[in-house]
Amino acid sequence: MRWLIVAKIMVVMHALFGVAAISAPYRPAGPEVVLERLPQKRSDAGATALAADRARLAAQPQDPQLALNVAARYFDLAGAEGDPRYIGYAQAALAPWATDREAPLDMLFMRGKLLQWRHEFKPALELFDLVLQRQPDHFDALNWRAAVLNVLADYEGARRDCRTLREKEKELYWGGCLAYVDGLTGQAAEAERRMAELLARHADAGPATQLWLLTRLADIAARLGRPADADRYFKRALALGVTSQYLLANYADFLMDEGRHAEVVTLLRDWTRSDVLLLRLTLAEQALGAPEFKTYAQSLRERFAAAALRGDTLHQQEESRFQLRVERNAGRALELAVTNWAVQREPYDARILLEAAAAARRPDQAQSVLDWLAQSRHEDPRLAALANALKAGKP
Amino acid sequence: MRRILAVLLLGLCALAHAHKPSDSYLILKVAEGGVAGQWDIALRDLEYAIGLDADGDGEITWGELSARHGEVAAYALARLKITVGSKACTLQTADHLVDHHSDGAYAVLKFNAVCPESGGRLTISYALFFDLDPTHRGLARIESGGATQTAVFPPERHEQSFDLAAPSLAAQIFAYVREGVWHIWIGFDHVLFLLSLLLPAVWMRAAKQWQPAPRFTPVFWEVFRVVTAFTIAHSITLSLAALELVALPSRLVESVIAASVVLAALNNLFPVINERRWAMAFGFGLIHGFGFASVLIDLGLPSGSLLSALFGFNLGVELGQLAIVAVFLPVAYVLRRTWFFARVVFAGGSVAVALLAAAWLAERALNIKLLS
Repeated sequence: MRWLIVAKIMVVMHALFGVAAISAPYRPAGPEVVLERLPQKRSDAGATALAADRARLAAQPQDPQLALNVAARYFDLAGAEGDPRYIGYAQAALAPWATDREAPLDMLFMRGKLLQWRHEFKPALELFDLVLQRQPDHFDALNWRAAVLNVLADYEGARRDCRTLREKEKELYWGGCLAYVDGLTGQAAEAERRMAELLARHADAGPATQLWLLTRLADIAARLGRPADADRYFKRALALGVTSQYLLANYADFLMDEGRHAEVVTLLRDWTRSDVLLLRLTLAEQALGAPEFKTYAQSLRERFAAAALRGDTLHQQEESRFQLRVERNAGRALELAVTNWAVQREPYDARILLEAAAAARRPDQAQSVLDWLAQSRHEDPRLAALANALKAGKP
Repeated sequence: MRRILAVLLLGLCALAHAHKPSDSYLILKVAEGGVAGQWDIALRDLEYAIGLDADGDGEITWGELSARHGEVAAYALARLKITVGSKACTLQTADHLVDHHSDGAYAVLKFNAVCPESGGRLTISYALFFDLDPTHRGLARIESGGATQTAVFPPERHEQSFDLAAPSLAAQIFAYVREGVWHIWIGFDHVLFLLSLLLPAVWMRAAKQWQPAPRFTPVFWEVFRVVTAFTIAHSITLSLAALELVALPSRLVESVIAASVVLAALNNLFPVINERRWAMAFGFGLIHGFGFASVLIDLGLPSGSLLSALFGFNLGVELGQLAIVAVFLPVAYVLRRTWFFARVVFAGGSVAVALLAAAWLAERALNIKLLS
């Protein structure tokens, strides 16, 4: 095991000092030196077919079906591996239709999905709207629009889309859709009951759907003060064998709230390449006083700096938490939490803004979260306590 | 050691991929007559664009990359246009290297842009990978006349212009002053030579014995004489060499500089020259001046402002030297009566300096490596 630990430390060191320590350009010692490992071999099953499609598309870039196939494949790869390059490749395939509002429906829909991946929610919504204007019962567009509306805290809009689904689709989908919105807006216990029922009744549902329901169930159970149940839901979700950054991030946050930091380290130690998961790993190592904390923190620092250089703001929630907990810069954390809240309004986005506002002693900055809590009637004792402390002026 | 570490780490770098979007790093150093460029392009991106993994095993080796160097340069340089003033520059590949950034290995393309015009505006038109990945960004750093500008190139702003207005005379001189200060501070041989000559200043030689100097005034003037002589001497040869009026082979210069340090230190242990240390400072100062000149020449002398560069660099060397003396003199003066100064600083220090400089002398004269 020791070599593994050494290897891991060296990997992190390399990630960190890739720029600083060995940054002088050099000539490798010999032709056999391996410079880079690609995420896929050319012989990998999907890779061959995708390469062939890409070549055909290069020859006839105006072929909409071919372009859509290639884009869809890259979109799936991005979801599985979390690599933003694939989103760029998918976008490139759709380039001839990049601004075409008359493009085929599936093309518009795919463009919307690519935009939401990059957290460009408003433009993504416009495209989903366009699709649904032309085909009001477009199942996927309804589902995705509901999800985006939830992120934007437009619960009425989300409910509307769930109800439209109800007319056409299986109960599993519209039921889950509605229960999720209800779970966010003051009917958590009822939502949990309905989701658990759906899950029991549709044992044949695909793993992705089960995962979706189980993570939401876990979230509700945790908020309702039943961590043992939440843990059971999370473990069932993990047992599905679907790799999901969303699941891992949520479970890690749950474990940290329960003070189970060592388990976070076990869960995420192989996920340092993901910014989102590396943040959780870093916070857990910090809580444990582990020596890796400093190297992980430095790595995150560099990644946020690199993103800033590009003008990327994809991970403002993570960066805000990093500023608050690791850098202990409450002012900067608050700025990030405020801009993040302007883009996305999920419960954890609310939480970081409350925490940062309390730490920075700027309760005024969190007013819109307090409004959201009151209006949505979102149930979460932790958020309520934070909000009350903030209102009482004692951070 | 560094190379070994680099090779060890290379094998592991694939595990450490941060999920960073695609970026390239373009560094342009603008000088008169052209632009020196360095362009770091991710191997993953090049693989996607032109294919590098010849054997399809999912690994890109240096052999596979070097086999495609011609294509890499042709592909990249066709997607970069540099214009200075109103005329486009011709881009010529200079070298192919490798580097690592936080997300993996990069091909480093060194190139020169030969520009018919100089001065005015620099325009960069950047089009790398935009057709394959519209989320790709070119991150550029432009260095000219001591000033650095940065820019990000997204597809919607693929062409950007930068003002190359020559920096003000004051800024230019200041840049060279800084280099001069820096050089004397990191130039151990110059510092040790000077300190070896200054050590005896707080002492007097009487009846073949060292005695602590009774008063500060004579100490100060002794230091003043030595420093001034050294300064005048190296200023003369620095100017002559920088103006290309006199040239000496650098191996000879560096060897004599090392020898001068040995002699200055030995002179403390076995005094030969006592009263006229300033003359020794002057004589060897002439040689040290050639050493400074080679640094200044390496920095790249602007032909239009040679004199201001020379002036600034020399001024920097003097200021750096004065700062060292300003720290050394009071400390030595206060400590001069102590056993510590006599044994450790003076005797021990001189022995250590003599030995170190002797090693330098051997290295430089015989072109061998003794010290790491």
